[in-house]
Amino acid sequence: MTKILVVDDSNSIRDMVSFTLKSAGYQTVEAKDGLQGLSAAKASSFDLVISDVNMPNMDGIALCSELRKLPNFKFTPILMLTTESSGDMKLRGKEAGATGWLVKPFNPEKLLATIKRVVR
Amino acid sequence: MSVDLSQFIPSFLEESFEGLELMESSLLNLEQGDDETINSIFRAAHSIKGGAGTFGFEDVTKFTHLVETLLDEMRDGRRDITPTDTEILLESVDCMRLLIEAARDNAEFDQEKVMQTSRRLTETLAGTLIKEEPSDIAVQVPNEGEMTYHISFIPEHSLAKTGNDPIFLFNALAELGKLTIKANTQKLPSLNDIDAQELYLSWQLTLISAVDEAEIIEIFEWVEDECELKITQENTDITEEEPKNHDNAEEPLESIEVEPVSSTQADISQSQKNNSNNEVDKAAGKSKGKAEVGSIRVGVDKVDSLINLVGELVITQSMLSELGNDFDMTKVEKLTNGLEQLLQNTKELQESVMRIRMLPISFAFSRFPRLIHDLAIKTGKEMELVIKGEQTELDKTVMEQIGDPLVHLVRNAADHGIETSEVRLANGKSAKGTISLDAYHQGGNIVIEISDDGAGINREVVFNKAVEKGLIEANVTLTDSQVYDLLFEPGFSTAAEVTDISGRGVGMDVVKRNIQSLGGRIQVDSTQGKGSCFKVHLPLTLAILDGQLVKVGTETYIIPLISIVESLQIDNKLINRVSGDMVLYRLRDDNVPILPIYQLFNLETECTEIDNALLVVVEADGQKIGLMVDDLLAQQQVVIKSLKDNYQQVTGISGATILGDGSVAMILDIPGMISMALKQAQQVQLDKNGRESSKRGELV
Repeated sequence: MTKILVVDDSNSIRDMVSFTLKSAGYQTVEAKDGLQGLSAAKASSFDLVISDVNMPNMDGIALCSELRKLPNFKFTPILMLTTESSGDMKLRGKEAGATGWLVKPFNPEKLLATIKRVVR
Repeated sequence: MSVDLSQFIPSFLEESFEGLELMESSLLNLEQGDDETINSIFRAAHSIKGGAGTFGFEDVTKFTHLVETLLDEMRDGRRDITPTDTEILLESVDCMRLLIEAARDNAEFDQEKVMQTSRRLTETLAGTLIKEEPSDIAVQVPNEGEMTYHISFIPEHSLAKTGNDPIFLFNALAELGKLTIKANTQKLPSLNDIDAQELYLSWQLTLISAVDEAEIIEIFEWVEDECELKITQENTDITEEEPKNHDNAEEPLESIEVEPVSSTQADISQSQKNNSNNEVDKAAGKSKGKAEVGSIRVGVDKVDSLINLVGELVITQSMLSELGNDFDMTKVEKLTNGLEQLLQNTKELQESVMRIRMLPISFAFSRFPRLIHDLAIKTGKEMELVIKGEQTELDKTVMEQIGDPLVHLVRNAADHGIETSEVRLANGKSAKGTISLDAYHQGGNIVIEISDDGAGINREVVFNKAVEKGLIEANVTLTDSQVYDLLFEPGFSTAAEVTDISGRGVGMDVVKRNIQSLGGRIQVDSTQGKGSCFKVHLPLTLAILDGQLVKVGTETYIIPLISIVESLQIDNKLINRVSGDMVLYRLRDDNVPILPIYQLFNLETECTEIDNALLVVVEADGQKIGLMVDDLLAQQQVVIKSLKDNYQQVTGISGATILGDGSVAMILDIPGMISMALKQAQQVQLDKNGRESSKRGELV
């Protein structure tokens, strides 16, 4: 079963993303900031990581570059969930090794359609 | 596939209100260069914007976007943080709260205020770059029939290192139409030279589809910097081939970007129209919405202890049931121990469950720093707020209802209590006044203190005002506390002129009534020139009551322990029969009317003699009365069941409970009983006067 790590500091967003993914038959693990996400990633492997950018403790960009240092996550798709669609944001994400980004407002159908570009 | 997310709205709302509180308190402490604080404010706004967009709360999204833009500039150091900006942001927080509340209740909001603030925000932002998010909606190209797209996709060798895999991109493309793929293997090195982590292939794709180019570009949007992508289209209608440069942000979207001000205004006038349509429906929806939203966030530790206790209860239960399987008298001691344990378990479980409803009072206190900040500006006085005992816990319902009375008391302290800096300095005080909020537990109650180091209550002014208003006679002598109680009389206001902060004269009596309806009381202390202190005593919870069980005839009644002053056996020498019906009892300096409960409720009892009877002295509304009872039984905690919900409201009774033996006992409503007794006494007096005058007629 496809296993997805969802990292977001907002409970409601995290719940929604997770709910959407689960209802589409994915398995999810949730983390509420970059640090938690990183330790979840170290403890297990995932088929996809979806992470918010603005978070306390460790932001999404830092999480992404940390994940890319882990052997298990060298090629794992990492999507940034962000409202910031500015080019700058995308560039920073890319530099940190992000696969792509999902632009908020969060839309369940779009999320499911989009992640098909990176997972089976 | 459609996913319904409406179930997440309550948690979004809760989170947003928390976010707003955080924004507010952080803004009050915001200083230049405090990156962490400004970041956390930004994050809060950002989350609210994101969530609001998801649920379609467009007013919230639009407004918050402006706020976020301003915060972003501050965060990046592009803008200095001035007090004016902080003011605007605080105002914006208010507006966001209004907007979110309106969205929650599906109701209207104060358009004037939101419009003003959004104008101020835009003015502040003007001159600096206003970032508008490119819309997700791509520019529509009218399409007739299908088109053939030729896509040349040459990825960089390192493409896979960002987690992108071309196969998924092709799968996504295939969903758009008919796709043919041709791989170019020319660059593939010999097997020995292959690095398994690199990508050597490139592809020529042909897609026959009705979608427009933007959708194809979107599929490649994550890899556009890491590949060479060329899309050309053939179309029977449009034969021109234009190699498009897809730089997302710039030209094509410019036309649909909207100036924030005008968009907000347009929206507001739009919703104004909608709102005026049927206000009644909206008002109805409002109250309904509020009731549904209620939820409690409970700490994991509380839930854990609950589960732990239930575990223990199960163990006790299984022990007892095993004991019952073959019980004989040798096991009585074991049984007693078991029952003891059960009692302990139940008690702990009850306490644990009650703790779930308890929240730290900081929830109610958190709005005051902002209030004081605003009041200081409005009144031009210097003042600061000191908060203590924020962690003191209180029932959620009590907390919700005590908020407004507390605001009133704090406003009063700021407006009437604290003097201007000049006056303070002239009186040898520091220029800055202090208002303190404190909360602590005191024997099953919570006490909230609102104190200030201001001018104190001027006894003379209060007294004269009360005489002027006809509340008291000019020649009575009153104790200090009696004078202070006058403040809570309806229609009383000492402020020489009414300000918009306080002093409309409708406040304090409402404050007192609200506190009383929660089963609490308020007490005033004041020293002229030194300051005043208002103490609000409240029960910790509305669901459970500490009660004294009393017996009258065959009935058992419960008197709330909080209202009992003392219980005593009547000393015949101290009885004072003023007239035949009114019996007073001399209790030290007070004369307390004796009210036999059997008379009030028309009960049969053997104990009708006042001499040597048992008297429970209770107090409400500053009035003491002695309730005559047959016997005093146990003191215990009782669970309050509402009479109104199960039967109907009864005067003199505040509720019912079920006792250990399964019988139902009524809980006495002391203020209600006192007014009932007074009415009865008046009635008796009237009847008697009538009788006496007719008698007199006969005699003469």
